[in-house]
Amino acid sequence: MEQYRIRPSDGMEFGLYSLGDLIPNPLTGECVPAQQRIHELIEAAKLAEQAGIDVFGVGESHQTYFTTQAHTVVLGAIAQATNNIKITSSATVLSVSDPVRVYEDFATIDLISGGRAEIVAGRGSRVGAYHLLGVDLQDYEEIFEEKLELLKKINEEERVTWQGEFRPPLQNAQILPQPVNGTLPIWRAVGGPPASAIKAGHTGIPMMLTTLGGPAINFKHSVDAYREAAEQSGFDPTTLPVATTSLFYVADTTKEALQGMYPHLNGGFIAIRGAGYPKQQFAQAPDTRDALMVGSTQQIIEKLLYQHELYGMQRFMAQIDFGGVPFDKIMKNIELIGNDIIPALKKYTAD
Amino acid sequence: MKIVVLAGSIVGSKTRTAAAAAVSLLKDNYPQHDVTLLDLAEYSIQFSDGRNYFEYDGDTKLVTETIMEADALIIGTPTFQASIPATLKNIFDLLPVNAFRDKVVSTIVTAGTPKHYLMVEQQLKPVLAYMKAHIVPTYVFIEEKDFFRKEIVNDDILFRLERLVEDTVLTAEAFEGIRQKKDAEYDF
Repeated sequence: MEQYRIRPSDGMEFGLYSLGDLIPNPLTGECVPAQQRIHELIEAAKLAEQAGIDVFGVGESHQTYFTTQAHTVVLGAIAQATNNIKITSSATVLSVSDPVRVYEDFATIDLISGGRAEIVAGRGSRVGAYHLLGVDLQDYEEIFEEKLELLKKINEEERVTWQGEFRPPLQNAQILPQPVNGTLPIWRAVGGPPASAIKAGHTGIPMMLTTLGGPAINFKHSVDAYREAAEQSGFDPTTLPVATTSLFYVADTTKEALQGMYPHLNGGFIAIRGAGYPKQQFAQAPDTRDALMVGSTQQIIEKLLYQHELYGMQRFMAQIDFGGVPFDKIMKNIELIGNDIIPALKKYTAD
Repeated sequence: MKIVVLAGSIVGSKTRTAAAAAVSLLKDNYPQHDVTLLDLAEYSIQFSDGRNYFEYDGDTKLVTETIMEADALIIGTPTFQASIPATLKNIFDLLPVNAFRDKVVSTIVTAGTPKHYLMVEQQLKPVLAYMKAHIVPTYVFIEEKDFFRKEIVNDDILFRLERLVEDTVLTAEAFEGIRQKKDAEYDF
């Protein structure tokens, strides 16, 4: 865990992440300008740090309703604006980028932030980036595996000699600058089904698993499959951190949380996926056993501890701005996380 | 209520004729509802490539969005190789997994032989159920001999179509009532 900057003795980490949503607030129909949104994200990272939150992540999505396509630039600004909080991508769509450039960017963010940068590399669940940046979707599987392998190699070796199909070869290449301590924590972003969790396990790379909703137990299979695959490939699963992510909304009472989140969740789903979130399903969400993180502070704590028992993860990442959540509500969420959730979480999960 | 009648084939006339008959019954008996006929023969639809349905352009976007906005759907399908035609399956492939949640879907099927009378049960209904449709249990099975010069000439079929249209509308109204009652229980 040490090389991934994870200390189990401190308890489970709690992080926030954003995809840089730029979805109109369904309650008002208004959409904040992109510039304001980016400044709000930087501000949210500062507030998160003050609240004792461990990690702040920004992801890239190359299409309408998003604003952090250049997520590394935003992460650079966050690195400069903060002092202690870990900074990660959430995720970097590695398939559409050159792993060398990605490594250069994050090594630089690591230098700016004094050793706080991490990469979460994913394939992207939307195809916008592929069309825009001219990457053939036919190669969806293979291009990611190859690029992730190269990224890992760059991280592990001082001089890189490499050859592949989707990028010109590297001959004894030195990738500069180097991060503060020579390496960066690199995670693989994994969706629900176990197939890509198994791939992460075989590569021996930390896994960040999305658990967007539905019964938490359904995702346990992916966690188990990940650790099993890691073991089969000769890695010690106890040295590989696991993180989970979910949509998140906390309020003083369950009712307030449900009322506060639903319009955004539903509106966001309509905008991104073209179909809303069923109320019947949402009504079940505050249950401890459901993965969607909505409820009172006590309910969220119980959910996190229940999942910690199920998955034994080292980190949870919360997406608190999905579907045009206005900044005052984001601030309120951060306040409740800092005051009530993190102290309880650390107390019960510290080794 | 928005009702879409979909003729799922791009060849022949039987499915289109049956779909058009359903549209006139809807217009005559339920003028308060908004009825649209989508005949796939009139559109040029792309094969599904994994995008969200609203990310396509032109006819593909128009047809899928019209279906997604519907409260009830009457699907007309011919029988090709003991199944639905690829053109209709492609429409399903273009839509998201839960596309028919909160929608009522009923079926009119045409075939060249009575041997295919269970095709809807075996091929179409499992797909509709997977996509979360409220399926109207009965469907209208129409054979070659029921048509003459692009008109339905079998009175039994005409009566059954009338009942199917009625069942579709009533089922959609009933589910809307259930949904409203359920939603009223939630305070979010």
